[in-house]
Formats: sequence, C-alpha cells, structure tokens
Amino acid sequence: MQRYALNILLPAAAAFIVVLSQMGALDLYVQSVIMFMAINVIMSASLNLVNGNMGEFSCGHGGFMCVGAYVGSLLSMLLFTNSKLFGAALLPGYSALVLFPLVLLGAGAAAALVGVIVAVPSFKTRGDYLAIITLAVNYMVISAIQNLDVIGGPRGLTGMRPTMSAMEDVVNLPWMMIWVLIGAFGSVALIRRYISSTYGKGVNAVCQDEIAAEIMSVDTNRIKLVTFMVSSGLAGVAGALYAHVVGYVNPGSFDILKSTEAMVMVYLGGMGSLSGSVLSAVLFTLLLEALRPLQIYKWVLVPLILILLMQFRPEGIMGNKELPDMFPRLRKYFTFK
Amino acid sequence: MALLSINGLTQKFGGLLAVSDFNIELGGGELVGLIGPNGAGKTTVFNVVSGFYQPSDGEIVLNGVKTRGLRPHQVTALGVARTFQNIRLWHDMTVLDNIRVSQHYRMGYNLLDAFRRSKRYVENERKIETIAYELLEAMDLKQYASEYPKNLPYGLQRRVEIARAMSVKPQLLLLDEPAAGLNSSDVDGLIKLVRWIHKEFPITIWMIEHQMKVVMSLCSWIKVIDFGATIAEGTPEQIQSNPTVIKAYLGDDTL
Repeated sequence: MQRYALNILLPAAAAFIVVLSQMGALDLYVQSVIMFMAINVIMSASLNLVNGNMGEFSCGHGGFMCVGAYVGSLLSMLLFTNSKLFGAALLPGYSALVLFPLVLLGAGAAAALVGVIVAVPSFKTRGDYLAIITLAVNYMVISAIQNLDVIGGPRGLTGMRPTMSAMEDVVNLPWMMIWVLIGAFGSVALIRRYISSTYGKGVNAVCQDEIAAEIMSVDTNRIKLVTFMVSSGLAGVAGALYAHVVGYVNPGSFDILKSTEAMVMVYLGGMGSLSGSVLSAVLFTLLLEALRPLQIYKWVLVPLILILLMQFRPEGIMGNKELPDMFPRLRKYFTFK
Repeated sequence: MALLSINGLTQKFGGLLAVSDFNIELGGGELVGLIGPNGAGKTTVFNVVSGFYQPSDGEIVLNGVKTRGLRPHQVTALGVARTFQNIRLWHDMTVLDNIRVSQHYRMGYNLLDAFRRSKRYVENERKIETIAYELLEAMDLKQYASEYPKNLPYGLQRRVEIARAMSVKPQLLLLDEPAAGLNSSDVDGLIKLVRWIHKEFPITIWMIEHQMKVVMSLCSWIKVIDFGATIAEGTPEQIQSNPTVIKAYLGDDTL
C-alpha cells in the first residue's frame, strides 16, 4: 500500500490544481506560473539525464525545445485548426480531445531526430568538444527557422491557441493545465523508469568509466544515442506545450538564454539527481517570478545567485542524491532503485 | 577447438612495435601467466584481445569467431571478461548495481519495455537481480551489496572487480595485475580467490602479474615477453631457471 502512495498522491495533487483552476480559485497569472513551472520541470529533468547522469555537457537544450515548439504548433494547426498556412483543418476540432497527445508525440519525435545530430558525434567526442557541438546545433535550429519565411521566420508563428479553445468548447475544463501537468508527470515518470532500470544504469556507467562500461558488455554507443534522443525528445514535448501555453512562438525565445536557464536549473538541483532537478525547476520559476518587479535587473541578480551557488554549494540543492537518500523515512514510499 | 587462439599478433603504434608475432592457444581450463618487464607489451596483448585495439597484423579467434572488427562489448559477449591494472569500478554505483550493469549483454528487453515496465522487463530484471545476488553470495561479498566501491578498502575493491568480471559468465577471464597495490595478506587472499574461482567454475584464466609469488604459485604455464617479443615459455620451474628471462629482468652482468 505504502509503495503506491506516490502513485495516488501525485495524480491527486494534479487533480486538485485542475479543480482549483476550474473553480477560479487560482487566477490566470497563478495558473500560468504553474504551467511554466511544469514545463521547466520537463526541461531540467530531461537535461539532467544528459548533463547529470551521463556526465556530458549539453548547452543547446533550447534548440530541441525550439524544434518541438514549431513541429508541435504546425501539427496542431494542420490537424485541428483552420489556418492561413494549411487551410481547413484536417480533423474536426473536438477530436483534439483525444488526439492532442499525437501533437506532443510528433513534436517529441522530431526533436529526438534532431538529437541524433548531437548523439552521433558523441560516440567519439566528449567534454568541451561535445559542448561546442550542442551549441552549434542550437544555433543551426534557430538560424534555419529564422530563414524559413513560410512559418514566419524571425517574426514567429501564431495560431495554435484555437486547438485549446476547440477542446474547451466540447468539455469546459482548463485543458491546457491538464495537458501540461500530464506532460510533466509523464516525463518525470519516464525518466525515472529509464534511469532505474538496468538498461538506464548503463548511462551512469558511461559517465563514471566509459571504458569499463564498454568492456562489461554495455553498448556505449547505443546508450549515448538513446539517452540523447530521450532527453531531446522530452525537450521537444516541453516545447510543444510551451507553444500552446503562450500561443505564440518565435525562434529568438529558444536561443542560448533558454539553454542556459535549463542548465542553471540542473546545476541548482544537483547533477544526476532527478528529484533535485524537479525541485530546482519549481524554485527557479518561483524565483524568476518573485524578481519580476526588478524588471531587466533580474538578469543581473539571477547570475549573481548562480555565482553564489557555485561558491558556497557547488553540488546544488541535492548533490547527486535523491530525496529518499536524504530522508530515509521516505524510502518506504518510493525509491529510485 | 581452442577457446582462444592468437596467431601472429602484431601491434604497432606509429613507429613503435608494441607486440610482435605473438602466438598462444588457450582453452582447456588452464591457468596461464603472462609476465615481462615494464613496457613489454603485456597489457597491449590484453587490450587487443578484449577489442580495444584492432591488431595491426595477425588474427584472434575466440570460440571460432574472428574478433577483428568487433567492438569490445561484442567481444565480451563472446565469453571474455577482464579486470584492469588500476581498478576501474563504477565508484558512485553500489556494488550490486556494478554487477547489474554488467548484465547488459543478456538484458533481454528493450527501451519500450523499460518505459512500460512490461512483463518481459519485470521477469528479466528479477533474473538479473537473482544472478547478481547469487554471485555476490558466492564471492562472499553479499554484505557489501549496497555499499559504494569507493568506500571499500582496496583489497575488497579488487574482489568486487573480479566478481564483476565473473558476472558476465566468461569462459576466459583476463586478470591484469590483480595483485598490484595489495598488501601481503591481501595477496594471500587473492591467490586463494583465484584458485577457488579456477576450481569452482569451468573457466580458463590468463593473468598478467609482476609478483612472482602469485604467478609461481598459481600458473601452470607461463609466457614471458620483452619488447613485444616472446622470449620464453614453460612451467614455473623452467621459467625460474631460464637464463634469457633472468637477463630480461635483471640485466646482463657482464660489463
């Protein structure tokens, strides 16, 4: 029974948030903060898979999010809405209720494919050199989209909001909130299942000693390929969700600053700690919102906080431990083994 | 048929001839030693056998399969396991997880099974865990299952590394200087352990070792190399009295 506590508690918490939004107890601002929080959770948990668990240094996570955001928006417009770009919707708007996950899956798959561009060089390249490749991929994606005039170029793309309204017309629920929460909980569950399996523990083995991993029958190339694809795919899902929350995407919002944000969350939470990256995504989003009155000076203060973090607690909030390691009493409720 | 046969193995690094025309045939469950002065090319031989280097020339046949072009994890799946001169455990994973990850070659499920926690996943994970615990029990390491290797004394780390190598159920076990860095009581423990493994499992063991006490008391056949070339081979007694070997180790006494 206790083992299933988390499986009951988390959906209950999610349902509670949805009910509160529906009743209007949470105003739209609070709702949007919660949604950005959930998107940041996906970003930091998926980047943690590469930077924390695999020990590589990927600093182009925003690029994968960008691919997901655009592919997700385009799919959503193609399937469910009447747009100037694609003409009439292929499917009736109400079908989005069931088929919206297809949009997320498509976005994830596209981003995962772009992830292969990073994964293949990683077979031979490590460390700083691979970091430069990830940076290059981030810029490749953004420059490509900026020059594609069909989808708006640097001006950006709008028109995915009607998909959400179509759902709300059929059943009046805060659907955006529901999909974002499902996305966040689903992604974290997926990552947890991956890294706690014997398959996924190969990721840690590659991080700690790649040569020993290869000699002990771990196919290190496959592990790298799969890990990069899972990580970038989830970033793509986060991107698709982000596009639908904001209702507008432009390539400029996924540049190096976005990638840095994701990295800050990973380092704040603690490398290789899944619970740490979830926790830090929540804290970081709250921090950014709390500092909003400072306006542009926010970006002076946030890096300063990062410097202080590196100085006084370089291992982040959780180190590389998980919650049950820090609070052994939690162990009977959930483990990461 | 021999388990491992190496014919005319030559390994060059640029202009350096690390190993030249090395031949050996193993496969009858023997315990063989490979000795030689520092830089003789012993570890290079092991690195080529385990698939790290592609030999410049010559042929390695393992269980009837030519290993040229195979990657190390594929060679391991053919039944070879090895340890390293400087211990290469995954120090931030528990001893149990060290053994579990080494079961990748017989994992028996794919990524989607892991995501879905399918029946196949559950069955295979249970099997892997049972095998790991049985091995730890047999190697007298069960009480350390949830310890991190970095927190264990050096002698125990060595034992864990040998256990990890045994967990891939090898037919050929390569030990690269297993006694390096051990104190004398640990060395006695190691000799006992290797002897026990050799008796308990149907396995061929090939070891590189500098400590003559270990080599002479364990190995039934010894091969000596120097500057990449084989200079002698024979039983421990023959090697001990071989003038070429003495010269290679101690130098020439004529001035």
